[in-house]
Amino acid sequence: MLALRGASYRYAGYAKAAVHDVDLVLADGEIVGLVGANEAGKSTICLVASGLAPASIGGGLTGTLTIDGEPMAGRPVYDLAARVAVGFQDPATQRSGIAATVFEEVALGPMNLGLPAAETIARAREALALLRIQDLADRDPARLSGGQGQLVAIASLLAMRPRHVVLDEPTAQLDPEGTRLVAEALRSMAAAGTALLVAEQKTDLLDELCGRVVVVADGRIVADGPTAGILGDERLESWGVEPPARVRLGRALAARGLDPAAVEVGA
Amino acid sequence: MSGPAIGAAATAIRVGGLVHVYPEGTRALDGIDLEVRVGEVVAIVGQNGSGKSTLVRHLNGLLRPTEGSVEILGEDASRLRVAALAARVGLVFQDPDRQIFARRVRPEVAFGPANLGVKGKALDAAVAEALGAVGLADQAGANPYDLGYSRRKLLAIASVLAMRTPIVVLDEPTTGQDLRGVARVRAIVAGLAAEGRTVVAISHDMRFVAETFRRVVVMRAGRIALDGTPAEVFAEPAWPLLASTYLEPPLAARVGVGLGLGATPTEASLVEALAARGR
Repeated sequence: MLALRGASYRYAGYAKAAVHDVDLVLADGEIVGLVGANEAGKSTICLVASGLAPASIGGGLTGTLTIDGEPMAGRPVYDLAARVAVGFQDPATQRSGIAATVFEEVALGPMNLGLPAAETIARAREALALLRIQDLADRDPARLSGGQGQLVAIASLLAMRPRHVVLDEPTAQLDPEGTRLVAEALRSMAAAGTALLVAEQKTDLLDELCGRVVVVADGRIVADGPTAGILGDERLESWGVEPPARVRLGRALAARGLDPAAVEVGA
Repeated sequence: MSGPAIGAAATAIRVGGLVHVYPEGTRALDGIDLEVRVGEVVAIVGQNGSGKSTLVRHLNGLLRPTEGSVEILGEDASRLRVAALAARVGLVFQDPDRQIFARRVRPEVAFGPANLGVKGKALDAAVAEALGAVGLADQAGANPYDLGYSRRKLLAIASVLAMRTPIVVLDEPTTGQDLRGVARVRAIVAGLAAEGRTVVAISHDMRFVAETFRRVVVMRAGRIALDGTPAEVFAEPAWPLLASTYLEPPLAARVGVGLGLGATPTEASLVEALAARGR
């Protein structure tokens, strides 16, 4: 379990906090979606929930981050990294830069956890297979397309089998098939007991993936609840979030006096 | 100079038998024939690695054909100097950070048109118009890296708009954009189309594609697998082909087929078809 309580965070060099009074709990085995307009605070919440803000990037945090009941204040980055894995929107920012091949890049995480070589290799193979990118194993990680890089970044994360995962727009550069494979991989992690926070613009994806969705607007959490209720909330667009296609289409039909249930029937 | 002197060719882009093999041996394009008329607004779709980005890099001379030819506004791209090509085709990269280099927003946007010889008030006007179009008019003095990723993407689009090229190519313009950002990109494409400029955009967002473009080119394994209007490309007979390249039609198209209404690629067309059936 990962919990933020009353968390406000201000980036180094800024007088004002970017997020305020964030209360957010991720239970084991739960996938929570995080939505909001661009620059509303989604990425900041991801950094705070992973402990990287302030442990890695400085700045000021009030409130607490606890993981499995232990307070994380003052912990070094390597300690945090063993407890919570983070994936960013731009895969280039998290590439190690020291691996010559994609296989080595994916194996680096489990190797750093001190696992035996056989286990490290098995985990890297399994992660590549889950995302169907075995054919990239011998490629140079610095010379991949945007979508391939994103899949490799997620495979690296899978191979560590983390108990907590924070992902900031993990499918932004992926095609529909890549998005589907990532969703499957995240579901299998949750089924194994991992708690996941997934910031996304793609509400169609969250609609299928998450049991719960949290909305952030102007640096504050403004809604938190079961997925259907939140993604069907009338205020979603005013928070700068695109409703899922089924919700939008249902509303368009209702606005013309037609039965919105036609969407479910037709699909 | 108000802009490059470019003849009134009817064909904006003509690609013939284009093959591209990368140095390590990947055959990214395997014989592309594509003609885009001046003023057409075309989306290119296909799975990651199908050759979309490689194809558009040939349009502004970033890549040269292994085989085949690329003609831009009636001229062989391989014979045009880089500057002449840049005056004809503006390319916005998928990753804004590969494009942005200035420390302030205004010089970033002014760089392109200034290089094309635009000066003084004309330059000010081009920059102001481009920043206005992407909603960054109040950020002219900001450092690009103080803007979030989505606004850096809009800045990269503004830098290309400011060059007022007759052809604009956008690689994944809606990636990472929220509700308002996507609406803005759609308005930009519609504005370019209204001016009679030619737009080619790569996208994975099938709703954005269906609602914004009049022609959709589907790529698969370095070739063009399908080419038609959104109604044609997302119609039921094309579904097996789309599925073979892991594409799914937008929900409106799927619901239209499910309800026996025929091709309804956009939400508006589905609502109209249902309303018409009810009458």
